[in-house]
Amino acid sequence: MSATLTTPPVSTQPPAEHRPTYLNITKTIGSWLLTLDHKRICLLYLLSIALFFSIGGFAAMLVRLELLTPAGDFLTADGYNKAFTLHGIMMVFFFLIPSIPATMGNFLVPIMVGAKDVAFPRLNLMSWYVFMFGSVLAITSVLLGGVDTGWTFYTPYSSTYSNSAVTFAALGAFVAGFSSILTGLNFMVTIHKMRAPGLTWFRLPLFMWAIYSTSVIQILGTPVVAITLVMVALERTLQFGFFDPKLGGDPILFQHLFWFYSHPAVYIMILPALGVISEVISAMSRRKVYGYTFVAMSSVAIAIISFIVWGHHMFTSGQSVYAGMVFSFLTFLVAIPSAIKVFNWLGTMYQGSISFATPMIYALGFLGLFAVGGLTGLFLAAMGTDLHMHDTYFVVAHFHYIMVGGAVMGFYAGLHYWWPKITGRAYPEFLGQVAGTLMFFGFNFTFFPQFLVGYLGMPRRYHAYPAEMQVFNILSSVGASILAIAYILPAIYLAWSFFYGKRVGDNPWEAKGLEWEIPSPPPTENFLKPVVVTEEPYTYTKEAH
Amino acid sequence: MSAQSHTAESRGLAHHFEDFNQQLDASTFGMWLFLITEILFFGGLFAGYALYRSHMPEGFQTASSHLNIFLGGFNTVVLIASSLTMAMAVRSCQLGDNPKTRNFLIATLFLGLVFLGVKVIEYGEKIEHHLVPGPNFDTSIPFAQGQQMFYNFYFAMTGMHALHMIIGSGLLIYFIVRAHQGRYHSNYFGPVEIMGLYWHFVDIVWIFLFPLLYLLGLHLGGH
Ligand SMILES: [Cu+2]
Repeated sequence: MSATLTTPPVSTQPPAEHRPTYLNITKTIGSWLLTLDHKRICLLYLLSIALFFSIGGFAAMLVRLELLTPAGDFLTADGYNKAFTLHGIMMVFFFLIPSIPATMGNFLVPIMVGAKDVAFPRLNLMSWYVFMFGSVLAITSVLLGGVDTGWTFYTPYSSTYSNSAVTFAALGAFVAGFSSILTGLNFMVTIHKMRAPGLTWFRLPLFMWAIYSTSVIQILGTPVVAITLVMVALERTLQFGFFDPKLGGDPILFQHLFWFYSHPAVYIMILPALGVISEVISAMSRRKVYGYTFVAMSSVAIAIISFIVWGHHMFTSGQSVYAGMVFSFLTFLVAIPSAIKVFNWLGTMYQGSISFATPMIYALGFLGLFAVGGLTGLFLAAMGTDLHMHDTYFVVAHFHYIMVGGAVMGFYAGLHYWWPKITGRAYPEFLGQVAGTLMFFGFNFTFFPQFLVGYLGMPRRYHAYPAEMQVFNILSSVGASILAIAYILPAIYLAWSFFYGKRVGDNPWEAKGLEWEIPSPPPTENFLKPVVVTEEPYTYTKEAH
Repeated sequence: MSAQSHTAESRGLAHHFEDFNQQLDASTFGMWLFLITEILFFGGLFAGYALYRSHMPEGFQTASSHLNIFLGGFNTVVLIASSLTMAMAVRSCQLGDNPKTRNFLIATLFLGLVFLGVKVIEYGEKIEHHLVPGPNFDTSIPFAQGQQMFYNFYFAMTGMHALHMIIGSGLLIYFIVRAHQGRYHSNYFGPVEIMGLYWHFVDIVWIFLFPLLYLLGLHLGGH
């Protein structure tokens, strides 16, 4: 029994055309825009973040084109600043942070806890509108001439020295932040208060533990960056000199407040992906997750530790060397729960009957990229090496291995794994495997050279560089075009399969979990009969293999 | 419960909850989580305040001594009284007494508006004396830089607090209308209870703001 999407087994349900599902129950545009159904809201988010991903990707393309040649010839220095800022703001605030929680989280949280919907369905819809309003503000800032501060909005670039539309972009991030807070709050209440009878905390799928930990960060971290951006906006508009040295302000305070959120925010992006990988590896290896409790608790540990490491962004900004040593030590601690996860996944695969279906291709790619991203993080956590590599392409490569290699691969893994459940249809398996493989190689092609050129000292955020560094940049730009193909290909075949893909049964992967016990696509109320949970998750070992 | 899903008994119960208990539990927990985010939101300002106060103690104390302790103290009493009327509104609602709930909510709203009115008078005084940070700030006063930084925080913190009061007042109007329509009963009082949590939280923020802003320069003798 290999886990590939094959002809559906005899279904207990009538075919999807002949029964009400959340997709076909109403058909008007209004019924989608005013829907309170978490599954429809998942699709609203999916469409919107796909749009923002393409805007961010387009800006990345401009950056890579400029860096093909050492001279700054394609964009002006100013234009280049605006291109990488647009890339950062779109990708971080409008794609990565909502990516897995707002889409798969929305679809799966109520189903995995055995509920009809999230705790606050209206708030859930409102979160999407708030998110879209934030994106309108951010895009307005582009139309007003763009922003040149980098996605980090560092003062005084963003206060004293910027002539660009910073206020709009900062407000956009501020508003999108509220959407993130409200989504996290909704999920946390749902997981606490809406679990079906018998579904104890330690019977929850690991994806729920990951989403729960993510929500903790969203709730505790996001408000701090929100008030920080308000202070920047007050400084720009009313000249309240919170961070202006001329008025007695301290720009480093901004960095502290900003990274108090933005370091944990990295885990808002990666933790849900870690949860997806636990689900996919278990199902595709047909094995119970090895060390369930450790994997669950490592998510919580990552969430907690993430709040006490922010000072590693300020090793070179005049922070005291003793504070730096403490932050350096604490940062090393993150490696422990991360390594626990990786080794437990390997333990899960050991002696499993592994299928190389598309989700697993992405999951295996994820393992490789996450390992490289995590280990190079240790170079940067050590103060001595960081002094050399701070603000070079080494840093850029490191965080892309985590946030793109990790988070985006995890996103695609989950999207393919649950696509049959979300749509009731199969995606083309062969194309999926091709795209997954291409993404792994394209990614390494793009970003591995950046480790090398960064180690040689190429700083980030300049549009020109010395000629001897060109070969690395050419490799990187060529790799980026392969990566672009690997991103566009699934977008095309997934959109196609949404309408024309072959129908699948309720459990095409023969996987375990509440979501596989309900029809594909599910009815609006999710479960046709009351849910009672009587066993642990991932009971694959009961089957003989 | 499901058999009587449209009877008066279950009016106000959302379809995805099992019963009123689960609904109340979920919404109360949700509000507490929201209040935690509020603490962190104001926390950023408090952190900044602590940092700059330690950098420029003289400026902060001098500026603080110019705030109107009488008006600040009066507002503190007003807000504490509004917390009392809010608590009584919640109690009446739990007992299913819609008219009483409405009246206590109106009293709360009235006190809230008194607070905002006094705030307007105070802001007016600051504008008159060129104590609003920015290009019009009177830089001839002693410790001008520290004083200006103090006023940055004064306006940001009390402004954010006032914004919360304004949002709270808007919500109060909504609940007054609902209570007037007789929407609540002894099983369904959750929204008013949660409104109460929010209102008390906004009061508590003021309890911290008052000493940090108004009493800091008390020993210098103010007005
Ligand atoms: Cu960090």
